Amino acid sequence: MKRWILLGLALIVVVAGLYLMTRHHGVRVGIGGAGSGEHSLAPDFSLPDLTGQRLDLSSYRGKVVLLDFWATWCDPCRDEIPHFVDLQNKYGGQGLQIIGVSMDDGPEPVRDFYHRFKMNYPVVMGNAKMGELYGGILGLPIAFLIGRDGRIRAKHIGATDISVFEKEIKAAL
Amino acid sequence: MSLPIKVRQMLVVFISGTVAIALASMALAYQASLIPASRLVNPDELVKILQSAKSEKPLMIQVGSHVLYTQAHIPGSEYVGPASSESGLQSLRKRVESLPRSKFIVLYCGCCPWSHCPNVKPADDALHAMGFTNVKILYIANNFGADWVEKGYPVAKGD
Repeated sequence: MKRWILLGLALIVVVAGLYLMTRHHGVRVGIGGAGSGEHSLAPDFSLPDLTGQRLDLSSYRGKVVLLDFWATWCDPCRDEIPHFVDLQNKYGGQGLQIIGVSMDDGPEPVRDFYHRFKMNYPVVMGNAKMGELYGGILGLPIAFLIGRDGRIRAKHIGATDISVFEKEIKAAL
Repeated sequence: MSLPIKVRQMLVVFISGTVAIALASMALAYQASLIPASRLVNPDELVKILQSAKSEKPLMIQVGSHVLYTQAHIPGSEYVGPASSESGLQSLRKRVESLPRSKFIVLYCGCCPWSHCPNVKPADDALHAMGFTNVKILYIANNFGADWVEKGYPVAKGD
């Protein structure tokens, strides 16, 4: 019996190891496409949010903005959302504003997702033009951290550990 | 270990159940990884096929997001919708239903890192169920931007 218990524990260790091995970690990159490189001014945009009201990036100048390109069908994007909700709660009072840019084909699944995950920051519907403004959003998730001066401080491609975001946000606030 | 037999049995059942659930979750989460390597085609191999005068040209179908397709796609490829949704799968079936089952088809997405792509496996399964025998899946390790566009391979934009 003891042998079986040990075997079970060993299996759990193997499964956990495999899971960690297959997790994809995002990369921080310094160069994107035109206008999306680090230290360049974040391209302005004006897009409708899920309630139909227009959201202008320029109206958030003076805040630290985490711009998150995501989609409801993207697993790593979904994993990040609850952490972003926590970050918005934790640092919103200090000047953090997270903005989601959904790359879904339509707003219906996004509205449903927004309520289910109790998202506490605005989400706009992205499009190809918006993607190109930010150097081509040709994979998800992609996140930009924008400083109070409106300049891009970091770009992360792929799922990124939330501690990385938190460290960068604290430095920018 | 001096636990009563019943407790030990319950412990074993609990551990086995946990492992089974973990394995099932992994299989679902990383379904693209379940596609056999023999069914995959790498970007550089596909480019060679497309550039070769002798090779049979495949029907290339993007089974991911329209916004991503509009920004960049393989020239000549068609968009049918995300195969992780039933409507996308229906569009895919409709597009290929009249084709001979030996037709060379390449499916691709590139929305997410390979192990997280929710679209290629359902698309592959659908074509397999329809009897297609010459289907390849473009292996995109990270995303279409990193593994195709930034490599300098041919790209088209728009619908």
